[in-house]
Amino acid sequence: MATLTLKELRKQFTPEVVPVKNITLTVEDGEFLTLLGPSGCGKSTLLRLIAGLEQPTAGTVWVGEQNLNAVNPGDRNMAMVFQSYALYPHMTVADNISTSLKLRQVPPAEITQRVRTVADKLDISHLLGRKPRSLSGGQRQRVALARALVRKPDVFLLDEPLSNLDALLREQVRGELKQLFESQNRPVVYVTHDQIEAMTLSSKVAVLLDGLVQQLDPPSRIYTHPANKFVAGFVGSPQMNLLTLDCQGKVAKLGHCEIPLPPLAQVPKLIDLGIRPEALSVKGSEVSDQELVIGGKVFLSENFGRETLVSLRVEGSQDVIRALIPPDQTWNPEYTKLVVPFSSLHWFDAETGDRL
Amino acid sequence: MAIAQETKAHTHPKMKISSRSIVLWVGVVFMVVFCLAPALWQVLTSFKTNAAISALPTIYFPSFSDLTWDHYTSLGAGFWRYVFNSALVSLLSTLLCLGLGAPAAYTLARIKLPGESLILGGILIVSLFPYVLLFLGLLEIVKFVGLGNNYLALIVPYSAINLPLTILVLRSFFQQLPRDLEDSAKMDGYSTVQMLLKIMIPLTIPALVTTGILAFIFAWNEFIFALTFVTRDAMKTIPVAVAQIGGSSVYEIPYGPIAAATVVGTLPLLVLVLFFQRRIVQGITAGAVKG
Repeated sequence: MATLTLKELRKQFTPEVVPVKNITLTVEDGEFLTLLGPSGCGKSTLLRLIAGLEQPTAGTVWVGEQNLNAVNPGDRNMAMVFQSYALYPHMTVADNISTSLKLRQVPPAEITQRVRTVADKLDISHLLGRKPRSLSGGQRQRVALARALVRKPDVFLLDEPLSNLDALLREQVRGELKQLFESQNRPVVYVTHDQIEAMTLSSKVAVLLDGLVQQLDPPSRIYTHPANKFVAGFVGSPQMNLLTLDCQGKVAKLGHCEIPLPPLAQVPKLIDLGIRPEALSVKGSEVSDQELVIGGKVFLSENFGRETLVSLRVEGSQDVIRALIPPDQTWNPEYTKLVVPFSSLHWFDAETGDRL
Repeated sequence: MAIAQETKAHTHPKMKISSRSIVLWVGVVFMVVFCLAPALWQVLTSFKTNAAISALPTIYFPSFSDLTWDHYTSLGAGFWRYVFNSALVSLLSTLLCLGLGAPAAYTLARIKLPGESLILGGILIVSLFPYVLLFLGLLEIVKFVGLGNNYLALIVPYSAINLPLTILVLRSFFQQLPRDLEDSAKMDGYSTVQMLLKIMIPLTIPALVTTGILAFIFAWNEFIFALTFVTRDAMKTIPVAVAQIGGSSVYEIPYGPIAAATVVGTLPLLVLVLFFQRRIVQGITAGAVKG
């Protein structure tokens, strides 16, 4: 029914402060787009531009065929869930949910019916008469969601809605959110700095840095094919090993290891190598020629229970590589060999950071 | 031993009085008496007959024959006029002060103005001036504008003097109201005016009441302006009227009527504060703990 389109959207506060630089995006019905990035990357500003709470310096926001630049936030038919939930403290839960409908002059009978439906769905029917201050964090979060859902808007905007919940509840609500918005079949734009939320919820992730989209892809591709060094380092936990290596002829030097370079038009002087900790394993008896072997001394191991993170200083260099290995696996503390398939290596341009 | 056991057996567990609570209550009673003694003394004086007031040794616990309503009746119907004047001036200046101060505070809290700290510094400095310094200049202005013997001559200066405090208090209150709330209201479809009326004002009531009460008390008690700018008897406010209650000769100070007038003049404030008490406490503590 509706497609959210951003065309070359830009927001400039002062010549130096430009939180959003030329962003073009499309979100279709039923698509769940996550804006992922560190704090200060412009993701919240972008969301506020879509909502109309900020006016863009340049560029346009479209829903379907309608240019929304001159339309007030209240008339855009978008619903937003705020990080702080922003419930009206002096109104009951029922009033909080129904306010937007009342302002749109929906008939009272329909309001009652819609509030009841959405309250049943979110399991907050018993709270309708209470004020927000007497609710727990999780309940407030549900009310904020109900307030958005009851409007049946064209677009849903969510600004870090889970960041005020404790870890256990967050996991549970995350799953519920996914089911809830899958059934809505509307464009959803979700802002978070939490990569797990981004990976689990979204159908598409836009990784932002300095007001620019670094990569726009489905979550799995963001993980397997990071478009540049920043995305590679930002997505994935523990962080990807990123090493800057010297190139000699057709190989890159890592300590005593010589790693064949990918086919390149021109061999650079320096190159960045990325290896995910979970791609590495402690060397078994057999090593195929499709695998790279890195030797060194393990100087730190951290047991997470599910797996162990070992840090290894590469033989003949100061570089450190971290590897995730099964917790029951043993290694020789003096000299350990880690192996990784060549296909799991990520190469990045040392200057631009782009994927090679 | 036997006695100790006996008392133990007879004492209900709830009736046990520890030395801690005794000390506490002695302290409380002492504190209350210490603070309220002057007020209580006035109340007592206002009910005592003239003979009882001047009697030595001082009568602290008057008998029935020492009590009288005469001082109150001696104030006469004319006194209601002063109460009315005070109420009118205080109420209007308070409303004017809030009406001007709240939008100013909201603007200062929400919009980034160039030179904002300068404006705030200016407001703060103005509130530091002892207003007695201003009153000669103000008198000239009042004469020049021709506002002498006009309620406005009191209402406008009272509002102006209270504005700095009102703006500073309300500004810090507005600042701690989350901005998301306004954004959320905009998303819900409120227009700016509706948003201010339906969302912001209801949430600001504790702060409005607190600053309003402070402004009202100031205006109610103010003396010098009221004495200088208004000379017509029918327009005098309570503090001036009380000060001008005189005896039949210069050698007689009419303690009774003065005390009665003071009590009558204080009662409205008392009622007001008691009525809004909970709101005031909310307003004072609002900034302290994040809701």
